[in-house]
Amino acid sequence: MDALKALRKVRLWAPHLVGQMVRVGVESVPIALFIATFTGVVLALQASYTFTGAMPLYFVGTLVGKTMILELGPVLTGLALSGRVGANIAAEIGTMRVTEQIDALEALAYDPVAYLVVPRVLAGAIMFPMVVILANALGVLAGWGTSMALLDMSSPEFLKGLRLFFDPWDVQFSVIKSISFGITVTAVGCSFGFHTRGGAAGVGRATTQAVVISSMIILVLDAFWAATLL
Amino acid sequence: MSIQLVNIHKSFGEKEVLRGFSLTIDAGQTMVVIGGSGSGKSVTLKHIIGLLRPDIGEVWVDGENVARLDQASVYRIRRKVGFVFQFAALFDSMTIAENVAMGLERMETFSEAEIRDRVEECLEWVDLGGYGDRMPAQLSGGQRKRVGFARAIATEPDYILYDEPTTGLDPITKAVIDELIMKMADELGVTGVVITHDMDSAFRIADRIAMLHEGRNRFEGTPEELRATDDPVVKGFIEGRPDLLESA
Repeated sequence: MDALKALRKVRLWAPHLVGQMVRVGVESVPIALFIATFTGVVLALQASYTFTGAMPLYFVGTLVGKTMILELGPVLTGLALSGRVGANIAAEIGTMRVTEQIDALEALAYDPVAYLVVPRVLAGAIMFPMVVILANALGVLAGWGTSMALLDMSSPEFLKGLRLFFDPWDVQFSVIKSISFGITVTAVGCSFGFHTRGGAAGVGRATTQAVVISSMIILVLDAFWAATLL
Repeated sequence: MSIQLVNIHKSFGEKEVLRGFSLTIDAGQTMVVIGGSGSGKSVTLKHIIGLLRPDIGEVWVDGENVARLDQASVYRIRRKVGFVFQFAALFDSMTIAENVAMGLERMETFSEAEIRDRVEECLEWVDLGGYGDRMPAQLSGGQRKRVGFARAIATEPDYILYDEPTTGLDPITKAVIDELIMKMADELGVTGVVITHDMDSAFRIADRIAMLHEGRNRFEGTPEELRATDDPVVKGFIEGRPDLLESA
């Protein structure tokens, strides 16, 4: 609620938005792409193992595309970033809390929610979908490459399967999920950071709780979006 | 222009920290509040700028009750008050100059050049001219406190609140900090509220001294009156004699 009110204080959060977008999004790209690459490889290999003798092999492309875009791209990226981004935010804001830097902000007439929380949550909402789209694309590419290199599939065969059940709505679904994950990870990190008590031990506790709680919320949201939007 | 705390009660859970504390600080005065660790001295300071709100009581700054103001009005009051934190509370991701500039940037009335000049002026005032490009981690504890002073005076506040400004410092640095507090009162005409349990410092800088004990005002007077008091609790505290405190 405070964050929504603080949205109006554009002059406090706007100068920090780009910096946070870099920290939350751009710096998360390597880990997201690493996870997506190996997920794509494994999906292709496991699809081939499952389908051999039962279904045409081009369904490998279908499974890689659908699973990557609808589920594993957003969820695995969300979980990885809850560790990287959520923990970072909780630790940073928690340290600011226990060293009185947040009190100092308030004493200097800054609204700490507008100054610290709003740019981080907006950056999460904007950048998570972008990172997830990149992860989805690389996961599919990795599955494609694996199919050609290890499964004796041709490129047209993989693409035939990929196109077979492709629906542009799948990409929108993936984006909606990742926006909700971005808001969750950053807002939970900020909340636990803000309410940190008790020095270094408190910062450690807040960081752990932020990762655990945001991971749990991601999984609940994942089920919620599947139940409501598919 | 004055600060008045009237019958302040404040509890944190089961712990009742302030139990009817009252204090008046007149314009231009340096009021030192002494008291044991955990007696609620820092809590008292945080009430003055609305970082904490009392459960019961009133906090008047320039005729406005901070305890009853909305958030926007509290921010307006905070612009009149500088706050020097116990451990400086510098923003560790910013340079020294950026730290000092924070309050000026918030006022949104100064150009970049004016802010740069004012920052350098404030740093020179605390003998840290040329330190603007350094990071807080590159400074000693005493230097960080002086940056905290520079940040507090940058906006030319009417009041400065000092939370244990000499705690953890060596005797020479303590003397430097005490001189800075006196210089701020004498040259800038700032009204000061200093929280400390360092009695040497208290006697050196205070116009008046109040003692916070068990959540209430146990003593208030001039440094001379404090030295002459017969109250065993006050005497025990200023002389560092637990036997007097126990017998009280």
